[in-house]
Amino acid sequence: MSADRNFEERLESWRKEAKHGGAVSGRGVNVAGGPIPRRPGYYGEAVVRPPVWTWEIPLYFFAGGAAGMAPLFACAGLFLGLTDLARAALWITAAGAIISPILLIMDLGRPRLFLNMLRVFKYQSPMSVGAWILAMFGTFAVPACIAFELHLHHVLSGSLDTFVAVVAEVLTFGAAYWGLGLATYTGVLIGATAIPAWFLHHVLLPIHFGTAGLGCAAAILELLGFQIRPLFFLGMFVATIETLLWLWLEFDKHGPADRALHAGGSGWLIRSGEILSGPLPIIFRLTNLVPLAAVSFLLGALLSRFGWIAAGRVSGKDPEAVFASQG
Amino acid sequence: MIGEGTQSTNQRKHSFAQDHVEVGFFTDPSVCIGCKACEVACKEWNEVPDDGFTWTGNSYDNTGHLGASTWRHVLFVEQDRTKGNQIAGPMSLGNDSEDPFRWIFLSDVCKHCENAGCLEACPTGSIVRTEVGSVLVQNDVCNGCGYCVVACPFGVIDRRPEPLPDAGGAFKCTFCYDRQKSGLTPACAKVCPTESIVFGRLDDLRARGAARVRTLQGQGYDDAQLYDPQETSVGGIHAFFLLLGEAEAYGLPPRPQIPTIYLKSSWAAAVVTAIGAIAAVGAAFSFFA
Ligand code: SF4
Ligand code: SF4
Repeated sequence: MSADRNFEERLESWRKEAKHGGAVSGRGVNVAGGPIPRRPGYYGEAVVRPPVWTWEIPLYFFAGGAAGMAPLFACAGLFLGLTDLARAALWITAAGAIISPILLIMDLGRPRLFLNMLRVFKYQSPMSVGAWILAMFGTFAVPACIAFELHLHHVLSGSLDTFVAVVAEVLTFGAAYWGLGLATYTGVLIGATAIPAWFLHHVLLPIHFGTAGLGCAAAILELLGFQIRPLFFLGMFVATIETLLWLWLEFDKHGPADRALHAGGSGWLIRSGEILSGPLPIIFRLTNLVPLAAVSFLLGALLSRFGWIAAGRVSGKDPEAVFASQG
Repeated sequence: MIGEGTQSTNQRKHSFAQDHVEVGFFTDPSVCIGCKACEVACKEWNEVPDDGFTWTGNSYDNTGHLGASTWRHVLFVEQDRTKGNQIAGPMSLGNDSEDPFRWIFLSDVCKHCENAGCLEACPTGSIVRTEVGSVLVQNDVCNGCGYCVVACPFGVIDRRPEPLPDAGGAFKCTFCYDRQKSGLTPACAKVCPTESIVFGRLDDLRARGAARVRTLQGQGYDDAQLYDPQETSVGGIHAFFLLLGEAEAYGLPPRPQIPTIYLKSSWAAAVVTAIGAIAAVGAAFSFFA
């Protein structure tokens, strides 16, 4: 058997040499036990295609998550008369509503055709549903922020000002509604694919992305100076959920089928993301280091988004993962 | 099929597109000679650009895999098994023992799935089902979002990278829709010298495929089988294959699933998360404010 392995190793080095140099310098090969590939599948070639998405997409997941959950805090602020909180939350919402489509369009192969996304609506395509959610979110989020600012500065007077205030509230509720979709659909988007590391966790993903979005919105507000008790407890809550999700991921292993989530660079990206947004913020909060907890959560959420996309790339190139997921 | 001459559906004019008949490919590796004429014909007819002249070192295959600029791909499978009743001889120098060895060629292509992952995933409506039952990407509508790439369970469709012509869009086999519209056979089937690629009515081909498997098994090819996953959520493929041995060796998924089957539970999780987020914010601000 070791003779076979030697042949395989020699062949492997020749293949590499051939690929890089275009020619092989070594002597002929005794084919016994030889050219038959010992790599999984067809010469180890990928069975499904890895995602073509680049850095814009994980960043979009991050920005969309935080912006999508932010109007919930604006609603809470409006209800309780916490004007400053509502204002800050609306600014996060509007900023995210502007950044998100830019990132999404930048990643398109043909950015000038981005409007074709809104040519049709297909409920069976999370990409189509998501494009519409993002469009609706932007339609509510940016005007909500403008209307609220108009009202705060009393640009208009009398009944017109009251009207603007009501419009701002209605738009904020609309933004909160579509924002919930924006923060969670991204999990469905990558969950409903042919990539083993993703589809095996198609239930965990929307929960994870939604929770991360909620925590990020709260963390940004805390960093903007709103270190208030509700946000503190919310921070504890999302960190607890993230810790549970981390444990879920560690226990719900599928062997080679989702090894990209547990091993290698992508595995460590996801793991460090979960630790930074799960247990660490809890510790920081218990030791009264609220800003550190917020920074740690944000960093963790960002890393884990990059980790999931990286894991998809690794998993998509791994024929054994595809076979194991269908075995 | 071989022997039918100009009467074979590969050589005749047809009116499948006008008659709205479902058509397909039946690809049979037991007669393929690995000449790659189909790869060349496809590239020429469809003006598909070259995607690099790299040496893979994997048998005689320097194409690698299907992709945005590779719509036909001839696989060269090497296995240490006998091919049918073939008598194995010694393969190594100065060694008298028998080493069974077989070399199998198979021309891979877009499967034109009954339930196509790429088609369901496309948010622009660029990917459509044609009147002959094939799956077609309308290049001028595609904005290159890349979602079909991860939605295809067979790893067929891909986004064409810069600096190739028409870069940024998703590409795959068109089933030579333009040729079929004018009653011509797809280019790859037309040139196939052994009619390993058979083009024709899907129902005819399925019957022909089943008969071919029976014939081969009678000739000692015990592991001959059809690859046409009808029992999974893909629901069958219009370009189906005869395989010698298991699907994995050809880089084909043994039980492919269309990703839309995950939608229900995934959206349910999203809705629960959304409700949970409202409840959490509501609770935090009512109890701790
Ligand atoms: S094999 Fe892939 S690209 Fe071809 S129709 Fe099926 S899902 Fe679409
Ligand atoms: S049907 Fe046409 S486009 Fe498809 S592989 Fe054959 S030659 Fe290429």
